Amino acid sequence: MSQFTSGFWDLYVGVISVVSIAACALLLWQQSSHKASGKETSGHVWDEDIQEYNNPLPRWWMWMFYLTIVFGFVYLALYPGLGSFPGTLGWTQVKQLEEENAQAQKDYGPLYERFAAQDVAALSKNPDALAVGQKLFLNNCAQCHASDGGGSRGFPNLTDRDWLWGGTPEAIKASISEGRTGMMPPLGAALGERGVKDVSHYVLSLSGQAHDSLRRARGEAHYKTVCVACHGADGKGNQALGAPNLTDRIWLHGSGEYAIAEQVARGRTSQMPAHKDILTPAKIHLLTAYVYSLSNR
Amino acid sequence: MKMDVVELYEIRKAIHPRAVHGWFAAWRWLLVWGTQLVFYGLAWLPWNGRQAVLFDIAQRKFYVFGLVFWPQDIIYLAVLLIISALSLFLFTALAGRLWCGYACPQTVYTEIFMWIEQKIEGDRNARMKLDREALSPRKFLLKGAKHSVWAVLALWTGFTFVGYFTPIRELGGEVMSLSTGPWETFWILFYGFATYGNAGWMREQVCTYMCPYARFQSAMFDKDTLVITYDQKRGEPRGKGEGKGDCIDCSICVQVCPTGIDIRNGLQYQCIGCAACIDGCNQVMDKLGRARGLIRYSTTHAMEGRPTRVLRPRVVLYGGILASIVAAAAAGLYLRVPLKVDVIRDRAVVAREVEGGLVENVYRLQIMNTTERAREFEIAVAGAQTLHLATAPRVRLEATEGRMVPVRVRVQPGMVPAGTHRIFFSVRALDDGEVAVQEKSVFIVR
Repeated sequence: MSQFTSGFWDLYVGVISVVSIAACALLLWQQSSHKASGKETSGHVWDEDIQEYNNPLPRWWMWMFYLTIVFGFVYLALYPGLGSFPGTLGWTQVKQLEEENAQAQKDYGPLYERFAAQDVAALSKNPDALAVGQKLFLNNCAQCHASDGGGSRGFPNLTDRDWLWGGTPEAIKASISEGRTGMMPPLGAALGERGVKDVSHYVLSLSGQAHDSLRRARGEAHYKTVCVACHGADGKGNQALGAPNLTDRIWLHGSGEYAIAEQVARGRTSQMPAHKDILTPAKIHLLTAYVYSLSNR
Repeated sequence: MKMDVVELYEIRKAIHPRAVHGWFAAWRWLLVWGTQLVFYGLAWLPWNGRQAVLFDIAQRKFYVFGLVFWPQDIIYLAVLLIISALSLFLFTALAGRLWCGYACPQTVYTEIFMWIEQKIEGDRNARMKLDREALSPRKFLLKGAKHSVWAVLALWTGFTFVGYFTPIRELGGEVMSLSTGPWETFWILFYGFATYGNAGWMREQVCTYMCPYARFQSAMFDKDTLVITYDQKRGEPRGKGEGKGDCIDCSICVQVCPTGIDIRNGLQYQCIGCAACIDGCNQVMDKLGRARGLIRYSTTHAMEGRPTRVLRPRVVLYGGILASIVAAAAAGLYLRVPLKVDVIRDRAVVAREVEGGLVENVYRLQIMNTTERAREFEIAVAGAQTLHLATAPRVRLEATEGRMVPVRVRVQPGMVPAGTHRIFFSVRALDDGEVAVQEKSVFIVR
């Protein structure tokens, strides 16, 4: 923050803090006894006859006040509180967070590490590992892929055997740790309105759905020049690029002519975020096994 | 006018209460024994292969004999506190500070600590003399012995307290090997220190300066409340000889008072209602051959020669509310189902179409088996045409296990109009149909 403010304000805050505490101590010391005529009342009278008894507080009570003043100075010496003075303990919130995270890693790490030595295929049959994996999945993945892993529009279903980027343990683990970015380029300008519609009918035909055969024939020509590079000549896609298989009836962004045309014309960029900085390798290993188990029961 | 310097903070005047025996002192000792046998003993009682009463904060399970409470059961704690508060109100309206005089931990531990003090240093006069003396080997020895016994008892109290939150047998082993965790160590020492400080040093200061109940209990008092009263008509004028009242001004009532007041000045906020002055005065009256009860439990109305009413509106009100809450709490505990279910609808998946055009919604069922044995449960869903589960209906939960169970629910296409529909999940234990919970949620069709 110091680049935005001058050192004056650090000094200002520090001086006010110290002077306030010292003033409290002074006030307390000054007020511990006073001159009065007799001990009975404080001398104040309200509403004609209401008076205040001058009952003394217990002495230990006063020492507790002094204790808070000592506490205040000790605290300000140990912890940051006086302007930019960092305190002699060097404590910061970030440091505390890091320490607590490290402690949690030490405490709970073994719960995950004990599965690290087994391979994914074996873990996917191990109920203990799956129970832990499911909890990880519900906390980290279910927001998009749904609690059952069944996905939703735009977020792949992990329980079928259809994979955009591959369903081997290695491919799943890579998807979780590194993330994936799927890119379908917008082709509306290149193909024109008619071209987009024609290609859509060809794509419909790939999965054996109802289509216009004239448009299909025209669309095939476009497909063979433009789409084939990623989706392949047979339309089965390419898992190295995350290009979906167009011959099955699984549609991530909606089925039917309109949804397909939309996809071709406007393109789509989908992203699976990388988790390697969020989850430990042992947790990713367990998650891989859990996701693998969803389609390999 | 002469001006004096007035100290606004007063040094505590040490009070050396004289030991007292009698009917009310016996009652207090009975309650000391009763409460402390429960407190020190209950922690060691085994039940179902575990400690009978254990508040496991780390696992968030609170065991009380056969019952296992979860954080969701906090309502029972609230009800317990309400019952305690209302009983306090009722007893106070009826007979003043009964709680303070006989059962409050401050009183109970002070009583125990004073007993130790008296055994080691002697009674009132011996203690006063000892305190006036300069430090001598004898004084050092006596004081040292007293504080050592106090410290041991206080630490044992702290150990027992922590033993309700971490299994006491294991804690015992940890203490023996000096390997208690940081929080256990802190709480044993802190609770021990608080016991030692409050019962050994602070004593009546806690009641007069710290306790909020002492300050608001006067709101529950009225002229029909039993309070410890000095019978002025009978006692005055004080002294010995012709024409004097029954009070011979022996000051026994002042000597035995643990808060250092003179009950003959009337009801005072410092009076904790311990009735030590009654016991003391009765002994003197017995010796003099006069009737007991110069100081006694009585009411303002009785002192004024008017009849005392026990059933006043406040007593009926406190009693009525108390009885109904106790009944409600008992019924609630009796009908408590040892199974908890929460339904959380997946927000990301509004409604999805699956093979065959069926419409599917996804839910998480948080199922909590609060019994101490493994159980199998059956999940069912109802509330819309063709509504059915698409996941396994049976789930097995271990003892005191809580688990998230993802559940898929489907309807046939066209059977349910678009929009949201109220549906019901029911979860039922297979081995006991009584153990069943129904929870509502919504099903969405696009």
